[in-house]
Amino acid sequence: MEKETCTFSYCEKPQIIEHETDLLLIGGGMACCGGAYEGVRWAAQKGLKVTMVDKAAADRSGAVAMGLSAINTYIGENKCEDYVRYVRNDLMGITREDLVYDLGRHVDDSVQLFEEWGLPIWKKGDDGFSLDGFQSKDAGKASLRDGGTPVRSGKWQIMINGESYKAIVAEAAKKALEENRVSTGVEQNLFERVFIVRLFKDANDPKRVAAAVGLSVRENKMYIFKAKGMVLAAGGAVNCFRPRSTAEGQGRAWYPVWNSGSGYALGMQAGAELTLMENRMVPARFKDGYGPVGAWFLFFKAKATNSLGEDYCANEEYLADAREKYGAKYVDKLGTTIRNHLMLNDMKAGKGPIIMRTDEAMQAINKTFMEQLGEKEGKKKVKHLEAEAWEDFLDMCIGQAGLWAGKNVEPDKVHSEIMPTEPYLLGSHAGCAGFWCSGPGDIPGTPDHYSWGYNRMSTVPGLFMAGDICGASGHKFSSGSHAEGRIAAKACIAYILDNPDFAPTPRKTADEMAAELYMPFEVYEKNKTYSTDPSVNPHYIKPDMLQARLQKIGDEYFGGISTYYMTSKTMLEEGLKQLTLLKEDSAKMGAANLHELMRCWENYHRILSLEAHARHILYREETRYPGYYYRGDYNFIDDDKWQVFTCSTYNMETGEFAMSTKEHKNIFE
Amino acid sequence: MPSFVIAEKCDGCKAQDKTACQYICPNDLMALDRDIMKAYNQEPEQCWECYNCVKICPQQAIEVRGYADFVPLDASVIPMRGTDAIMWTVKFRNGVLKRFKFPIRTTAEGSIDCYAGKPEADISKIKDTGFFNYEARKE
Repeated sequence: MEKETCTFSYCEKPQIIEHETDLLLIGGGMACCGGAYEGVRWAAQKGLKVTMVDKAAADRSGAVAMGLSAINTYIGENKCEDYVRYVRNDLMGITREDLVYDLGRHVDDSVQLFEEWGLPIWKKGDDGFSLDGFQSKDAGKASLRDGGTPVRSGKWQIMINGESYKAIVAEAAKKALEENRVSTGVEQNLFERVFIVRLFKDANDPKRVAAAVGLSVRENKMYIFKAKGMVLAAGGAVNCFRPRSTAEGQGRAWYPVWNSGSGYALGMQAGAELTLMENRMVPARFKDGYGPVGAWFLFFKAKATNSLGEDYCANEEYLADAREKYGAKYVDKLGTTIRNHLMLNDMKAGKGPIIMRTDEAMQAINKTFMEQLGEKEGKKKVKHLEAEAWEDFLDMCIGQAGLWAGKNVEPDKVHSEIMPTEPYLLGSHAGCAGFWCSGPGDIPGTPDHYSWGYNRMSTVPGLFMAGDICGASGHKFSSGSHAEGRIAAKACIAYILDNPDFAPTPRKTADEMAAELYMPFEVYEKNKTYSTDPSVNPHYIKPDMLQARLQKIGDEYFGGISTYYMTSKTMLEEGLKQLTLLKEDSAKMGAANLHELMRCWENYHRILSLEAHARHILYREETRYPGYYYRGDYNFIDDDKWQVFTCSTYNMETGEFAMSTKEHKNIFE
Repeated sequence: MPSFVIAEKCDGCKAQDKTACQYICPNDLMALDRDIMKAYNQEPEQCWECYNCVKICPQQAIEVRGYADFVPLDASVIPMRGTDAIMWTVKFRNGVLKRFKFPIRTTAEGSIDCYAGKPEADISKIKDTGFFNYEARKE
């Protein structure tokens, strides 16, 4: 069936703007800000043009838009090899160790730059207590670059005053872009509020991408960015599964609600190979507000128990069962997935709510401080510590502070519930779903199939990946995403220099592209008067309903919260049938305005992301990530067969996925 | 906890070239009602409660009301973002008040000179590890 496209009979045709550049950065989050900073410096040598396109405003876009209270990846006094081991353990043994090691050996420079640019970083005071970013400056503490000692909340994490983290990083990126704009003489090279919908292949070289095409969400303008090389870092996928809160509260997703799967969908449409898309993140967080628990566990040493006060991670019966299914090798390390699994046992046994004992932790600290420092100084330190606990929320999850205030929760007096969230797809936090990318190739012991010339290049020549969508290499977090964007941009410049003759020529005309992108306008305008209430109309589906249908399928068939993350071959196959119908109906998406037009395509990106996720879960016949999802029909870990990378390539024309495996190797002992 | 706009305080950013909240919202939620020249949150169920609209509003016309599906009424969390620090006032449902002040940056906004004191890129090393200003760690 020929796909219907917009004829602009019912809506105004957008103005079409073509922009030619050398390096295109798709996304404005940490990775692309890093890409701008590094890319511009290499581009300067050869007069190359660098352009960044962001669907929001770079000052506050991406996953760090709200702020953060910690930087989770700073190697510092530790060894990169140990970082690799930590990531490998937490991701159940399957990791691209070359990518992780490479990130580890680069990441500290990004963190040190952040501090130079003005990010306040906590330092250890002479008395062993922490000093915030101002106090440490006043006390004359050395910067990280000069050997200053950060405050560690865990082995890899350092504490910051991070309200303006993204604004600071964006300021440096924007300055870099401006330098490039002036030196190359272009009119504009930072495009905000332009949402990239599709990557279009090249007419002459079918392997390559010629253009990224998007729409302005402010004006009736369509943008065609033609580039010789691209770094794609458009984030992970949130709200593909029905969330625990389904009314207003669904906005309070754990990961940013604007991560709409665009990173995955754009790469898939370009034919880039995916890896470990079955992986997901189901973090245990404070219930409903989804406030961070890391500082409470690591910094305040709070314990989580069931409501009877029992430590589910020490339940011998649960542990024995888990060892039998998943192997002592994985269970005894008590990584994030296993802790979730043990918690779920208690929840299913009715021993909930699961409780974070903040009160006991704070009281223990209080007692120690009073004993060590006397009442006056002790009280002062306790007050400082209380502020630190609140800052953890106010920097990065303000809603949780609001929830505690609404429930009269003072954490030193009352404990709080924790709960595993709905599933999220991402590759920069403690997850690793993404694209199969080339590594640096220089690390001894790297197998041949891990590297094909340009670091972080996907299987599509000239298309590089960073941040949430560079796969099989989780635990980058904010700093690692910035560093990875830099690595990718530098390698992309090298690629552009090696391929100077490439003249991007999109396979489709601008009119054909517009006809595809603006179809939801036509569908809506053509049919809206058929019913008295345009929100209920048989001729189209509005983006909010598209999302609701997607979430219901994800939740009920692919192991969401309603089945305690359980799925199986039969469930997946049925869900995929439902998803196919939804994909068909996406041809009838209807949008009343530019905001809804963006929402339509965001949700289309979510559909593709979720489908890839389900196809991978179906393909991997074991339960690699218990606590995140379970295959009821293969509820065990099978290292003999499945300690491999699952990979897939999506064919846009046929809608089919080609699945395969790639060999996994431990590069480090 | 979706943001909402206090009708009396919002002036639609008449004096600016663009509406501040609309400019900053990472999720494109804030819209301007041109008939009354006042902003509103057009999709409260997609609000992450990142507070960027609250922090940026020149009239302090935007606040946040707890997600009605799980937050009891009568609490508030209100920021005052300055040039180098942010002040928070947290009011509990039972009236308890907590105030906090945290640093936000150690340099003046707009003052970053991102390549100052950094070397040029050495193009002969573009295929090596490391950044233009930093050699990759060796262990």
